[in-house]
Amino acid sequence: MSARETRNLILSALALGLAALLPFYDTGYLLSIATTMAMLTVLATSWALFSGPTHYISLATAAFFGLGTFVTGLGFQSLPFWSLPLIAAVLGAGLAALVGMVTLRLSGVYFVIFTLGLAELVRQIVTWVQNRTGQRGMYVLTSITERDIYWQLIALGALVYLVGWLIGRSRLGFALRIIGNDETVARHSGIDTALAKVILFMISGAVAAAVGALLAPRYIYIEPSTAFAPLLSFQVVIMALLGGTGRLWGPVAGVIPFTLLWEFIARHAPNQTLLLLGLTFLLIVYVLPGGFVGLYERLQRRFGGGRH
Amino acid sequence: MFILITGLLLGGTYALIAMGLNLQYGVARIMNLANGEMLVIGGFAAFWVFTAGQVSPVVALLVVAPVAFAVNWLIYRFMLRPLVKRAKSRGALEVDSILATFGLSFALVGIMTWAFGGGYFNYAYLAQRVDIFGSSYAQNRVVAFAIASLIAAGLWLWLSYTRAGLRMRAVAVSPESARLVGIDVPAVSALAFGLGGAVTASGGALISMFFTLDASVGVLFTMKALIIVIMGGVGDIRGTIVAALILGICETAVARLIDPGLTLAAAYLLFLSVLLFRPQGLFGNKPT
Repeated sequence: MSARETRNLILSALALGLAALLPFYDTGYLLSIATTMAMLTVLATSWALFSGPTHYISLATAAFFGLGTFVTGLGFQSLPFWSLPLIAAVLGAGLAALVGMVTLRLSGVYFVIFTLGLAELVRQIVTWVQNRTGQRGMYVLTSITERDIYWQLIALGALVYLVGWLIGRSRLGFALRIIGNDETVARHSGIDTALAKVILFMISGAVAAAVGALLAPRYIYIEPSTAFAPLLSFQVVIMALLGGTGRLWGPVAGVIPFTLLWEFIARHAPNQTLLLLGLTFLLIVYVLPGGFVGLYERLQRRFGGGRH
Repeated sequence: MFILITGLLLGGTYALIAMGLNLQYGVARIMNLANGEMLVIGGFAAFWVFTAGQVSPVVALLVVAPVAFAVNWLIYRFMLRPLVKRAKSRGALEVDSILATFGLSFALVGIMTWAFGGGYFNYAYLAQRVDIFGSSYAQNRVVAFAIASLIAAGLWLWLSYTRAGLRMRAVAVSPESARLVGIDVPAVSALAFGLGGAVTASGGALISMFFTLDASVGVLFTMKALIIVIMGGVGDIRGTIVAALILGICETAVARLIDPGLTLAAAYLLFLSVLLFRPQGLFGNKPT
Protein backbone atom coordinates (compact mmCIF):
# COMPACT_ATOMS: atom_id res chain seq x y z
CA MET A 1 0.00 0.00 0.00
CA SER A 2 1.50 3.29 -1.08
CA ALA A 3 1.50 6.44 1.05
CA ARG A 4 -1.09 7.96 -1.23
CA GLU A 5 -3.43 5.02 -0.76
CA THR A 6 -3.03 5.11 3.01
CA ARG A 7 -3.85 8.80 2.94
CA ASN A 8 -6.97 8.21 0.84
CA LEU A 9 -8.07 5.39 3.12
CA ILE A 10 -7.73 7.59 6.22
CA LEU A 11 -9.54 10.46 4.51
CA SER A 12 -12.43 8.20 3.46
CA ALA A 13 -12.71 6.75 6.96
CA LEU A 14 -12.81 10.28 8.39
CA ALA A 15 -15.50 11.36 5.92
CA LEU A 16 -17.62 8.32 6.74
CA GLY A 17 -17.14 8.91 10.47
CA LEU A 18 -18.21 12.50 10.04
CA ALA A 19 -21.28 11.43 8.07
CA ALA A 20 -22.16 8.96 10.82
CA LEU A 21 -22.27 11.79 13.39
CA LEU A 22 -25.11 13.57 11.61
CA PRO A 23 -28.02 12.04 13.60
CA PHE A 24 -26.62 13.64 16.77
CA TYR A 25 -26.97 17.01 15.15
CA ASP A 26 -30.44 16.74 13.67
CA THR A 27 -33.10 14.03 13.53
CA GLY A 28 -35.68 15.84 11.46
CA TYR A 29 -35.67 16.93 7.85
CA LEU A 30 -31.89 16.91 7.54
CA LEU A 31 -31.66 13.29 8.65
CA SER A 32 -34.47 12.31 6.34
CA ILE A 33 -32.78 13.80 3.30
CA ALA A 34 -29.42 12.41 4.42
CA THR A 35 -30.95 8.93 4.61
CA THR A 36 -32.24 9.30 1.06
CA MET A 37 -28.79 10.43 -0.02
CA ALA A 38 -27.10 7.56 1.79
CA MET A 39 -29.44 5.07 0.14
CA LEU A 40 -28.86 6.53 -3.32
CA THR A 41 -25.12 6.74 -2.74
CA VAL A 42 -24.88 3.07 -1.87
CA LEU A 43 -27.06 2.16 -4.86
CA ALA A 44 -25.22 4.42 -7.29
CA THR A 45 -21.78 3.33 -6.10
CA SER A 46 -22.63 -0.34 -6.40
CA TRP A 47 -24.16 0.36 -9.81
CA ALA A 48 -20.96 2.05 -10.90
CA LEU A 49 -18.87 -0.92 -9.73
CA PHE A 50 -20.35 -2.91 -12.58
CA SER A 51 -21.45 -0.37 -15.16
CA GLY A 52 -18.52 2.01 -14.76
CA PRO A 53 -15.72 -0.14 -16.15
CA THR A 54 -17.84 -2.25 -18.50
CA HIS A 55 -20.15 0.48 -19.93
CA TYR A 56 -23.10 -1.90 -19.66
CA ILE A 57 -26.02 0.24 -18.54
CA SER A 58 -28.04 -1.68 -16.00
CA LEU A 59 -31.61 -0.56 -15.34
CA ALA A 60 -32.33 -3.39 -12.95
CA THR A 61 -31.73 -1.54 -9.67
CA ALA A 62 -35.45 -1.18 -8.95
CA ALA A 63 -35.96 -4.92 -9.40
CA PHE A 64 -33.26 -5.80 -6.86
CA PHE A 65 -34.37 -3.07 -4.49
CA GLY A 66 -37.98 -4.21 -4.61
CA LEU A 67 -36.90 -7.80 -4.06
CA GLY A 68 -35.07 -6.67 -0.92
CA THR A 69 -38.05 -4.79 0.49
CA PHE A 70 -40.21 -7.85 -0.05
CA VAL A 71 -37.73 -10.04 1.81
CA THR A 72 -38.08 -7.76 4.82
CA GLY A 73 -41.84 -7.48 4.37
CA LEU A 74 -42.29 -11.24 4.37
CA GLY A 75 -39.66 -12.17 6.93
CA PHE A 76 -39.38 -9.46 9.56
CA GLN A 77 -41.79 -11.16 11.96
CA SER A 78 -40.29 -14.61 11.91
CA LEU A 79 -36.56 -13.95 11.38
CA PRO A 80 -34.02 -11.79 13.22
CA PHE A 81 -33.64 -8.45 11.45
CA TRP A 82 -29.89 -8.76 10.85
CA SER A 83 -30.44 -11.84 8.71
CA LEU A 84 -32.83 -10.11 6.29
CA PRO A 85 -30.29 -8.01 4.36
CA LEU A 86 -28.14 -11.11 4.02
CA ILE A 87 -31.01 -13.17 2.62
CA ALA A 88 -31.91 -10.29 0.33
CA ALA A 89 -28.31 -10.05 -0.85
CA VAL A 90 -28.20 -13.76 -1.65
CA LEU A 91 -31.48 -13.59 -3.55
CA GLY A 92 -30.37 -10.42 -5.35
CA ALA A 93 -27.14 -12.10 -6.38
CA GLY A 94 -29.14 -15.07 -7.59
CA LEU A 95 -31.45 -12.95 -9.72
CA ALA A 96 -28.46 -11.05 -11.08
CA ALA A 97 -26.75 -14.33 -11.95
CA LEU A 98 -29.81 -15.52 -13.86
CA VAL A 99 -30.20 -12.26 -15.78
CA GLY A 100 -26.47 -12.00 -16.34
CA MET A 101 -26.08 -15.52 -17.66
CA VAL A 102 -28.86 -14.96 -20.19
CA THR A 103 -27.92 -11.49 -21.41
CA LEU A 104 -24.28 -10.78 -20.68
CA ARG A 105 -23.07 -13.34 -23.19
CA LEU A 106 -24.57 -11.09 -25.86
CA SER A 107 -23.97 -7.46 -26.75
CA GLY A 108 -24.79 -4.55 -24.48
CA VAL A 109 -28.07 -3.60 -26.12
CA TYR A 110 -29.77 -6.85 -25.13
CA PHE A 111 -28.69 -6.29 -21.56
CA VAL A 112 -30.11 -2.75 -21.44
CA ILE A 113 -33.43 -3.82 -22.91
CA PHE A 114 -33.76 -6.81 -20.64
CA THR A 115 -33.00 -4.86 -17.48
CA LEU A 116 -35.30 -2.04 -18.62
CA GLY A 117 -38.33 -4.26 -18.16
CA LEU A 118 -37.03 -6.45 -15.34
CA ALA A 119 -38.58 -4.44 -12.49
CA GLU A 120 -41.92 -4.36 -14.29
CA LEU A 121 -41.70 -8.09 -14.99
CA VAL A 122 -41.02 -8.95 -11.35
CA ARG A 123 -43.80 -6.57 -10.29
CA GLN A 124 -46.31 -8.27 -12.58
CA ILE A 125 -45.36 -11.69 -11.29
CA VAL A 126 -45.50 -10.61 -7.63
CA THR A 127 -48.88 -8.93 -8.16
CA TRP A 128 -50.18 -12.03 -9.86
CA VAL A 129 -49.01 -14.29 -7.03
CA GLN A 130 -50.57 -11.92 -4.51
CA ASN A 131 -53.85 -11.93 -6.40
CA ARG A 132 -53.87 -15.72 -6.48
CA THR A 133 -53.14 -16.06 -2.78
CA GLY A 134 -55.54 -13.26 -1.93
CA GLN A 135 -52.81 -11.19 -0.30
CA ARG A 136 -52.48 -7.43 -0.68
CA GLY A 137 -49.80 -5.02 0.47
CA MET A 138 -47.86 -5.59 3.67
CA TYR A 139 -47.29 -3.50 6.76
CA VAL A 140 -43.73 -3.43 8.07
CA LEU A 141 -44.14 -2.16 11.60
CA THR A 142 -40.89 -2.27 13.54
CA SER A 143 -39.15 -0.26 16.22
CA ILE A 144 -36.40 0.63 13.78
CA THR A 145 -35.99 4.40 13.52
CA GLU A 146 -34.69 6.44 10.66
CA ARG A 147 -31.47 6.92 12.62
CA ASP A 148 -30.85 3.17 12.71
CA ILE A 149 -31.50 2.92 8.99
CA TYR A 150 -29.08 5.76 8.36
CA TRP A 151 -26.31 4.09 10.32
CA GLN A 152 -26.92 0.75 8.68
CA LEU A 153 -26.67 2.44 5.30
CA ILE A 154 -23.42 4.13 6.27
CA ALA A 155 -22.01 0.78 7.34
CA LEU A 156 -23.14 -0.83 4.10
CA GLY A 157 -21.68 2.10 2.20
CA ALA A 158 -18.32 1.59 3.91
CA LEU A 159 -18.46 -2.06 2.91
CA VAL A 160 -19.24 -1.16 -0.70
CA TYR A 161 -16.36 1.30 -0.87
CA LEU A 162 -14.02 -1.31 0.60
CA VAL A 163 -15.18 -3.95 -1.87
CA GLY A 164 -14.90 -1.48 -4.74
CA TRP A 165 -11.39 -0.57 -3.69
CA LEU A 166 -10.36 -4.21 -3.41
CA ILE A 167 -11.88 -5.02 -6.81
CA GLY A 168 -10.03 -2.09 -8.34
CA ARG A 169 -6.76 -3.61 -7.14
CA SER A 170 -7.57 -7.18 -8.08
CA ARG A 171 -7.20 -9.16 -11.28
CA LEU A 172 -10.98 -9.03 -11.68
CA GLY A 173 -10.98 -5.22 -11.71
CA PHE A 174 -8.17 -5.19 -14.25
CA ALA A 175 -10.06 -7.66 -16.40
CA LEU A 176 -13.19 -5.47 -16.28
CA ARG A 177 -11.29 -2.39 -17.38
CA ILE A 178 -9.97 -4.30 -20.37
CA ILE A 179 -13.49 -5.51 -21.20
CA GLY A 180 -14.73 -1.93 -21.04
CA ASN A 181 -12.00 -0.75 -23.41
CA ASP A 182 -12.27 -3.55 -25.92
CA GLU A 183 -14.14 -6.74 -25.30
CA THR A 184 -12.59 -8.59 -28.22
CA VAL A 185 -9.09 -7.88 -26.95
CA ALA A 186 -10.16 -9.05 -23.50
CA ARG A 187 -11.44 -12.32 -24.88
CA HIS A 188 -8.32 -12.88 -26.93
CA SER A 189 -6.05 -12.33 -23.96
CA GLY A 190 -7.73 -15.21 -22.20
CA ILE A 191 -10.22 -13.43 -19.95
CA ASP A 192 -13.49 -15.23 -19.33
CA THR A 193 -15.44 -12.06 -20.11
CA ALA A 194 -18.89 -13.47 -19.42
CA LEU A 195 -17.85 -14.79 -16.01
CA ALA A 196 -16.18 -11.52 -14.98
CA LYS A 197 -19.25 -9.52 -15.97
CA VAL A 198 -21.68 -11.86 -14.22
CA ILE A 199 -19.68 -11.79 -10.98
CA LEU A 200 -19.61 -8.00 -10.88
CA PHE A 201 -23.30 -7.77 -11.77
CA MET A 202 -24.06 -10.18 -8.91
CA ILE A 203 -22.20 -7.97 -6.44
CA SER A 204 -24.09 -4.94 -7.65
CA GLY A 205 -27.42 -6.77 -7.47
CA ALA A 206 -26.72 -8.14 -3.99
CA VAL A 207 -25.98 -4.67 -2.64
CA ALA A 208 -29.12 -3.17 -4.18
CA ALA A 209 -31.26 -5.95 -2.68
CA ALA A 210 -29.65 -5.46 0.74
CA VAL A 211 -30.40 -1.73 0.55
CA GLY A 212 -34.02 -2.58 -0.22
CA ALA A 213 -34.18 -4.87 2.80
CA LEU A 214 -32.74 -2.17 5.07
CA LEU A 215 -35.06 0.52 3.74
CA ALA A 216 -38.30 -1.45 4.04
CA PRO A 217 -39.09 -0.30 7.64
CA ARG A 218 -38.93 3.29 6.42
CA TYR A 219 -41.82 2.77 4.00
CA ILE A 220 -44.06 1.05 6.59
CA TYR A 221 -46.47 -0.09 3.88
CA ILE A 222 -45.15 -2.15 0.98
CA GLU A 223 -46.96 -3.00 -2.21
CA PRO A 224 -45.59 -4.08 -5.58
CA SER A 225 -46.26 -0.85 -7.46
CA THR A 226 -44.22 1.26 -5.04
CA ALA A 227 -41.53 -1.30 -4.20
CA PHE A 228 -40.70 -1.92 -7.87
CA ALA A 229 -41.10 1.67 -9.09
CA PRO A 230 -38.90 1.74 -12.23
CA LEU A 231 -38.02 5.38 -11.69
CA LEU A 232 -35.47 4.39 -9.05
CA SER A 233 -33.34 2.61 -11.65
CA PHE A 234 -33.12 5.77 -13.72
CA GLN A 235 -32.37 7.98 -10.74
CA VAL A 236 -29.48 5.74 -9.81
CA VAL A 237 -28.11 5.69 -13.36
CA ILE A 238 -28.34 9.44 -13.75
CA MET A 239 -26.71 10.19 -10.42
CA ALA A 240 -23.86 7.79 -10.98
CA LEU A 241 -23.22 9.18 -14.46
CA LEU A 242 -23.55 12.78 -13.31
CA GLY A 243 -20.90 12.17 -10.70
CA GLY A 244 -18.82 10.04 -13.01
CA THR A 245 -18.04 6.36 -12.83
CA GLY A 246 -14.29 6.56 -13.29
CA ARG A 247 -13.56 6.90 -9.57
CA LEU A 248 -15.11 5.43 -6.45
CA TRP A 249 -16.04 8.87 -5.12
CA GLY A 250 -17.77 9.80 -8.38
CA PRO A 251 -21.32 8.64 -7.67
CA VAL A 252 -21.57 10.43 -4.32
CA ALA A 253 -20.52 13.64 -6.04
CA GLY A 254 -23.53 13.19 -8.31
CA VAL A 255 -25.98 12.04 -5.64
CA ILE A 256 -25.69 15.07 -3.36
CA PRO A 257 -26.41 17.88 -5.84
CA PHE A 258 -28.96 15.86 -7.77
CA THR A 259 -30.95 14.85 -4.66
CA LEU A 260 -31.06 18.46 -3.49
CA LEU A 261 -32.23 19.61 -6.91
CA TRP A 262 -34.76 16.77 -7.11
CA GLU A 263 -36.19 17.60 -3.67
CA PHE A 264 -36.43 21.25 -4.60
CA ILE A 265 -38.24 20.56 -7.87
CA ALA A 266 -40.47 17.91 -6.33
CA ARG A 267 -41.61 20.45 -3.76
CA HIS A 268 -42.23 23.37 -6.10
CA ALA A 269 -43.26 21.71 -9.35
CA PRO A 270 -43.95 18.00 -8.71
CA ASN A 271 -44.79 17.30 -12.34
CA GLN A 272 -41.47 18.53 -13.61
CA THR A 273 -39.22 15.89 -12.02
CA LEU A 274 -39.32 13.79 -15.18
CA LEU A 275 -38.36 16.78 -17.27
CA LEU A 276 -35.44 17.33 -14.91
CA LEU A 277 -34.41 13.71 -15.31
CA GLY A 278 -34.56 14.00 -19.08
CA LEU A 279 -32.64 17.24 -19.27
CA THR A 280 -29.94 15.88 -16.95
CA PHE A 281 -29.52 12.86 -19.20
CA LEU A 282 -29.05 15.18 -22.17
CA LEU A 283 -26.68 17.38 -20.18
CA ILE A 284 -24.49 14.39 -19.39
CA VAL A 285 -24.36 13.17 -22.97
CA TYR A 286 -23.70 16.53 -24.60
CA VAL A 287 -21.89 18.62 -22.02
CA LEU A 288 -20.47 16.44 -19.29
CA PRO A 289 -19.37 13.06 -20.66
CA GLY A 290 -17.57 11.43 -17.76
CA GLY A 291 -19.55 13.46 -15.23
CA PHE A 292 -17.96 15.56 -12.52
CA VAL A 293 -15.06 13.12 -12.32
CA GLY A 294 -14.31 13.70 -15.99
CA LEU A 295 -14.55 17.45 -15.48
CA TYR A 296 -12.25 17.29 -12.47
CA GLU A 297 -9.70 15.25 -14.37
CA ARG A 298 -9.79 17.63 -17.31
CA LEU A 299 -9.29 20.61 -15.02
CA GLN A 300 -6.51 18.80 -13.21
CA ARG A 301 -4.77 18.07 -16.46
CA ARG A 302 -4.98 21.70 -17.48
CA PHE A 303 -4.02 23.38 -14.20
CA GLY A 304 -2.84 20.67 -11.85
CA GLY A 305 0.94 20.77 -11.64
CA GLY A 306 1.71 17.35 -13.08
CA ARG A 307 0.73 15.09 -10.19
CA HIS A 308 -0.72 11.73 -11.11
CA MET B 1 -60.13 -18.69 -32.87
CA PHE B 2 -61.15 -15.56 -31.00
CA ILE B 3 -57.73 -15.32 -29.39
CA LEU B 4 -56.03 -15.92 -32.71
CA ILE B 5 -57.89 -13.14 -34.51
CA THR B 6 -57.71 -10.64 -31.66
CA GLY B 7 -54.02 -11.40 -31.40
CA LEU B 8 -53.51 -10.93 -35.11
CA LEU B 9 -55.36 -7.63 -35.05
CA LEU B 10 -53.18 -6.42 -32.18
CA GLY B 11 -50.03 -7.82 -33.76
CA GLY B 12 -50.67 -5.91 -36.97
CA THR B 13 -50.43 -2.59 -35.17
CA TYR B 14 -47.42 -3.78 -33.18
CA ALA B 15 -45.75 -4.66 -36.47
CA LEU B 16 -46.08 -1.09 -37.68
CA ILE B 17 -44.54 0.37 -34.52
CA ALA B 18 -41.72 -2.14 -34.55
CA MET B 19 -41.01 -1.43 -38.21
CA GLY B 20 -40.54 2.20 -37.30
CA LEU B 21 -38.05 1.27 -34.60
CA ASN B 22 -36.34 -1.19 -36.89
CA LEU B 23 -35.73 1.50 -39.51
CA GLN B 24 -34.21 3.72 -36.85
CA TYR B 25 -32.04 1.04 -35.30
CA GLY B 26 -31.31 -1.07 -38.34
CA VAL B 27 -30.45 1.70 -40.79
CA ALA B 28 -29.64 4.81 -38.77
CA ARG B 29 -27.99 2.70 -36.02
CA ILE B 30 -29.74 4.68 -33.30
CA MET B 31 -31.31 2.68 -30.48
CA ASN B 32 -34.22 5.08 -30.07
CA LEU B 33 -35.73 4.64 -26.64
CA ALA B 34 -37.99 7.65 -27.15
CA ASN B 35 -39.85 5.65 -29.79
CA GLY B 36 -42.81 5.01 -27.49
CA GLU B 37 -43.19 8.71 -26.76
CA MET B 38 -43.37 9.39 -30.49
CA LEU B 39 -46.20 6.87 -30.58
CA VAL B 40 -48.02 8.57 -27.72
CA ILE B 41 -47.66 11.94 -29.42
CA GLY B 42 -49.17 10.47 -32.58
CA GLY B 43 -52.02 9.11 -30.48
CA PHE B 44 -52.55 12.45 -28.75
CA ALA B 45 -52.65 14.23 -32.09
CA ALA B 46 -55.34 11.85 -33.33
CA PHE B 47 -57.28 12.25 -30.09
CA TRP B 48 -57.05 16.02 -30.27
CA VAL B 49 -58.14 16.22 -33.89
CA PHE B 50 -61.02 13.86 -33.25
CA THR B 51 -62.40 15.56 -30.14
CA ALA B 52 -61.84 19.09 -31.37
CA GLY B 53 -62.99 18.77 -34.94
CA GLN B 54 -64.64 15.35 -35.29
CA VAL B 55 -62.00 14.51 -37.87
CA SER B 56 -61.52 10.78 -38.32
CA PRO B 57 -58.14 9.49 -37.05
CA VAL B 58 -57.60 7.95 -40.48
CA VAL B 59 -57.64 11.39 -42.04
CA ALA B 60 -55.48 12.67 -39.18
CA LEU B 61 -52.78 10.25 -40.35
CA LEU B 62 -52.28 12.44 -43.41
CA VAL B 63 -51.10 15.22 -41.12
CA VAL B 64 -49.51 13.16 -38.34
CA ALA B 65 -47.14 11.24 -40.61
CA PRO B 66 -45.47 14.18 -42.42
CA VAL B 67 -45.15 16.22 -39.21
CA ALA B 68 -43.63 13.26 -37.37
CA PHE B 69 -41.25 12.74 -40.27
CA ALA B 70 -40.07 16.35 -40.13
CA VAL B 71 -39.68 16.32 -36.34
CA ASN B 72 -37.72 13.09 -36.34
CA TRP B 73 -35.55 14.20 -39.22
CA LEU B 74 -34.66 17.33 -37.25
CA ILE B 75 -33.99 15.29 -34.11
CA TYR B 76 -31.58 13.10 -36.02
CA ARG B 77 -29.91 15.97 -37.79
CA PHE B 78 -29.31 18.16 -34.75
CA MET B 79 -29.33 15.84 -31.76
CA LEU B 80 -28.06 12.48 -32.87
CA ARG B 81 -25.78 13.26 -35.80
CA PRO B 82 -23.18 14.89 -33.49
CA LEU B 83 -23.16 11.68 -31.44
CA VAL B 84 -22.62 9.56 -34.53
CA LYS B 85 -19.74 11.81 -35.55
CA ARG B 86 -17.95 11.70 -32.22
CA ALA B 87 -18.46 7.98 -31.53
CA LYS B 88 -15.27 5.96 -31.73
CA SER B 89 -16.99 2.61 -32.03
CA ARG B 90 -20.42 1.10 -32.48
CA GLY B 91 -20.56 0.32 -28.77
CA ALA B 92 -19.80 3.89 -27.76
CA LEU B 93 -22.51 5.14 -30.11
CA GLU B 94 -24.96 2.70 -28.63
CA VAL B 95 -24.30 3.88 -25.06
CA ASP B 96 -24.52 7.53 -26.12
CA SER B 97 -27.67 7.11 -28.15
CA ILE B 98 -29.34 5.08 -25.39
CA LEU B 99 -28.63 7.82 -22.85
CA ALA B 100 -29.58 10.66 -25.19
CA THR B 101 -32.87 9.07 -26.24
CA PHE B 102 -33.67 8.21 -22.62
CA GLY B 103 -33.20 11.88 -21.90
CA LEU B 104 -35.43 12.79 -24.81
CA SER B 105 -38.02 10.28 -23.67
CA PHE B 106 -38.19 11.63 -20.12
CA ALA B 107 -38.20 15.21 -21.34
CA LEU B 108 -41.11 14.43 -23.69
CA VAL B 109 -43.08 12.69 -20.95
CA GLY B 110 -42.43 15.69 -18.69
CA ILE B 111 -43.59 18.13 -21.34
CA MET B 112 -46.68 16.05 -22.17
CA THR B 113 -47.68 15.76 -18.51
CA TRP B 114 -47.24 19.46 -18.18
CA ALA B 115 -49.26 20.24 -21.31
CA PHE B 116 -52.04 17.63 -21.11
CA GLY B 117 -52.02 16.52 -17.48
CA GLY B 118 -51.52 12.98 -16.25
CA GLY B 119 -54.97 11.71 -17.17
CA TYR B 120 -56.01 8.98 -19.59
CA PHE B 121 -57.07 9.72 -23.13
CA ASN B 122 -59.52 7.79 -25.19
CA TYR B 123 -62.37 8.47 -27.55
CA ALA B 124 -65.06 6.44 -29.22
CA TYR B 125 -64.45 6.03 -32.93
CA LEU B 126 -66.16 3.22 -34.82
CA ALA B 127 -66.96 1.48 -31.57
CA GLN B 128 -69.43 -0.87 -33.23
CA ARG B 129 -69.06 -4.58 -33.65
CA VAL B 130 -68.22 -6.54 -36.70
CA ASP B 131 -68.65 -10.30 -37.02
CA ILE B 132 -65.84 -12.52 -38.23
CA PHE B 133 -66.19 -16.32 -38.08
CA GLY B 134 -69.04 -16.12 -35.64
CA SER B 135 -67.35 -13.97 -33.00
CA SER B 136 -67.66 -10.22 -32.82
CA TYR B 137 -64.81 -7.73 -32.82
CA ALA B 138 -64.63 -3.97 -32.45
CA GLN B 139 -64.70 -2.23 -35.81
CA ASN B 140 -61.95 0.19 -34.84
CA ARG B 141 -59.51 -2.67 -34.24
CA VAL B 142 -60.23 -4.12 -37.67
CA VAL B 143 -59.83 -0.75 -39.35
CA ALA B 144 -56.59 -0.08 -37.49
CA PHE B 145 -55.28 -3.47 -38.55
CA ALA B 146 -56.22 -2.89 -42.18
CA ILE B 147 -54.52 0.48 -42.34
CA ALA B 148 -51.46 -0.80 -40.49
CA SER B 149 -51.14 -3.64 -43.00
CA LEU B 150 -51.53 -1.19 -45.85
CA ILE B 151 -48.75 1.06 -44.56
CA ALA B 152 -46.52 -1.91 -43.75
CA ALA B 153 -47.04 -3.41 -47.20
CA GLY B 154 -46.29 -0.08 -48.85
CA LEU B 155 -43.13 0.29 -46.83
CA TRP B 156 -42.01 -3.21 -47.67
CA LEU B 157 -42.62 -2.72 -51.39
CA TRP B 158 -40.79 0.59 -51.29
CA LEU B 159 -37.80 -0.95 -49.52
CA SER B 160 -37.68 -3.95 -51.84
CA TYR B 161 -38.29 -2.46 -55.26
CA THR B 162 -37.13 1.14 -55.40
CA ARG B 163 -33.66 2.59 -55.69
CA ALA B 164 -34.07 4.64 -52.52
CA GLY B 165 -35.17 1.49 -50.70
CA LEU B 166 -32.13 -0.34 -52.01
CA ARG B 167 -29.89 2.43 -50.72
CA MET B 168 -31.50 2.11 -47.33
CA ARG B 169 -30.99 -1.63 -47.23
CA ALA B 170 -27.37 -1.16 -48.25
CA VAL B 171 -26.75 1.16 -45.32
CA ALA B 172 -28.47 -1.32 -43.02
CA VAL B 173 -26.08 -4.05 -44.12
CA SER B 174 -22.89 -2.04 -43.93
CA PRO B 175 -22.54 1.74 -43.62
CA GLU B 176 -18.83 1.58 -44.50
CA SER B 177 -19.31 -0.26 -47.78
CA ALA B 178 -22.37 1.81 -48.64
CA ARG B 179 -20.18 4.89 -48.51
CA LEU B 180 -17.74 3.29 -50.93
CA VAL B 181 -20.38 2.81 -53.61
CA GLY B 182 -21.40 6.44 -53.48
CA ILE B 183 -24.31 6.42 -51.04
CA ASP B 184 -24.67 9.51 -48.89
CA VAL B 185 -24.87 7.60 -45.60
CA PRO B 186 -25.74 10.56 -43.31
CA ALA B 187 -28.59 11.61 -45.60
CA VAL B 188 -29.97 8.07 -45.87
CA SER B 189 -29.69 7.62 -42.09
CA ALA B 190 -31.56 10.86 -41.45
CA LEU B 191 -34.21 9.80 -43.95
CA ALA B 192 -34.56 6.39 -42.29
CA PHE B 193 -34.80 7.93 -38.84
CA GLY B 194 -37.47 10.38 -39.97
CA LEU B 195 -39.37 7.68 -41.79
CA GLY B 196 -39.20 5.41 -38.75
CA GLY B 197 -40.60 8.18 -36.58
CA ALA B 198 -43.42 8.81 -39.05
CA VAL B 199 -44.32 5.12 -39.14
CA THR B 200 -44.31 4.91 -35.34
CA ALA B 201 -46.43 8.03 -34.91
CA SER B 202 -48.94 6.65 -37.45
CA GLY B 203 -49.02 3.46 -35.40
CA GLY B 204 -49.78 5.60 -32.36
CA ALA B 205 -52.66 7.34 -34.11
CA LEU B 206 -54.08 3.93 -35.05
CA ILE B 207 -53.61 2.48 -31.57
CA SER B 208 -55.36 5.44 -29.98
CA MET B 209 -58.54 4.31 -31.75
CA PHE B 210 -58.92 1.34 -29.42
CA PHE B 211 -56.34 1.75 -26.67
CA THR B 212 -56.42 4.18 -23.76
CA LEU B 213 -53.23 6.21 -23.72
CA ASP B 214 -51.66 8.44 -21.12
CA ALA B 215 -48.51 10.53 -21.11
CA SER B 216 -46.30 7.91 -19.47
CA VAL B 217 -47.39 4.75 -21.31
CA GLY B 218 -44.79 5.18 -24.05
CA VAL B 219 -42.06 3.12 -22.42
CA LEU B 220 -44.30 0.06 -22.46
CA PHE B 221 -44.59 0.29 -26.24
CA THR B 222 -40.88 0.96 -26.56
CA MET B 223 -40.23 -2.29 -24.70
CA LYS B 224 -42.59 -4.27 -26.89
CA ALA B 225 -41.17 -2.78 -30.07
CA LEU B 226 -37.64 -3.57 -28.90
CA ILE B 227 -38.55 -7.15 -28.11
CA ILE B 228 -40.18 -7.53 -31.53
CA VAL B 229 -37.19 -6.04 -33.35
CA ILE B 230 -34.77 -8.33 -31.58
CA MET B 231 -36.99 -11.34 -32.04
CA GLY B 232 -37.42 -10.63 -35.75
CA GLY B 233 -33.81 -9.71 -36.30
CA VAL B 234 -32.39 -6.20 -36.66
CA GLY B 235 -33.01 -4.76 -40.13
CA ASP B 236 -35.30 -7.61 -41.15
CA ILE B 237 -38.78 -6.37 -42.10
CA ARG B 238 -40.23 -9.83 -42.71
CA GLY B 239 -38.95 -11.05 -39.33
CA THR B 240 -40.41 -8.00 -37.64
CA ILE B 241 -43.87 -8.69 -39.01
CA VAL B 242 -43.82 -12.36 -38.02
CA ALA B 243 -42.46 -11.52 -34.56
CA ALA B 244 -45.11 -8.83 -34.03
CA LEU B 245 -47.90 -11.23 -34.90
CA ILE B 246 -46.45 -13.88 -32.58
CA LEU B 247 -46.24 -11.34 -29.76
CA GLY B 248 -49.80 -10.12 -30.39
CA ILE B 249 -51.21 -13.64 -30.27
CA CYS B 250 -49.10 -14.64 -27.29
CA GLU B 251 -50.13 -11.58 -25.29
CA THR B 252 -53.79 -12.01 -26.08
CA ALA B 253 -53.65 -15.67 -25.12
CA VAL B 254 -51.99 -14.94 -21.78
CA ALA B 255 -54.34 -12.04 -21.05
CA ARG B 256 -57.43 -14.15 -21.74
CA LEU B 257 -56.37 -17.49 -20.38
CA ILE B 258 -54.22 -16.60 -17.35
CA ASP B 259 -54.30 -12.98 -16.20
CA PRO B 260 -54.47 -9.63 -18.05
CA GLY B 261 -51.80 -8.29 -15.69
CA LEU B 262 -49.19 -10.65 -17.09
CA THR B 263 -48.86 -9.37 -20.66
CA LEU B 264 -45.34 -8.05 -20.18
CA ALA B 265 -44.33 -11.30 -18.53
CA ALA B 266 -45.56 -13.08 -21.66
CA ALA B 267 -43.53 -10.79 -23.87
CA TYR B 268 -40.50 -11.44 -21.67
CA LEU B 269 -40.91 -15.16 -21.90
CA LEU B 270 -40.71 -14.87 -25.68
CA PHE B 271 -37.76 -12.52 -25.39
CA LEU B 272 -35.97 -14.90 -23.07
CA SER B 273 -36.38 -17.88 -25.36
CA VAL B 274 -35.13 -15.83 -28.32
CA LEU B 275 -32.07 -14.71 -26.35
CA LEU B 276 -31.35 -18.25 -25.28
CA PHE B 277 -31.91 -20.05 -28.55
CA ARG B 278 -31.84 -17.59 -31.44
CA PRO B 279 -30.08 -14.37 -30.42
CA GLN B 280 -29.65 -13.48 -34.08
CA GLY B 281 -33.43 -13.30 -34.60
CA LEU B 282 -35.98 -15.63 -36.13
CA PHE B 283 -34.66 -15.46 -39.68
CA GLY B 284 -31.14 -14.20 -38.98
CA ASN B 285 -28.06 -16.13 -39.93
CA LYS B 286 -25.64 -17.21 -37.27
CA PRO B 287 -22.88 -14.63 -37.01
CA THR B 288 -19.57 -16.03 -38.07
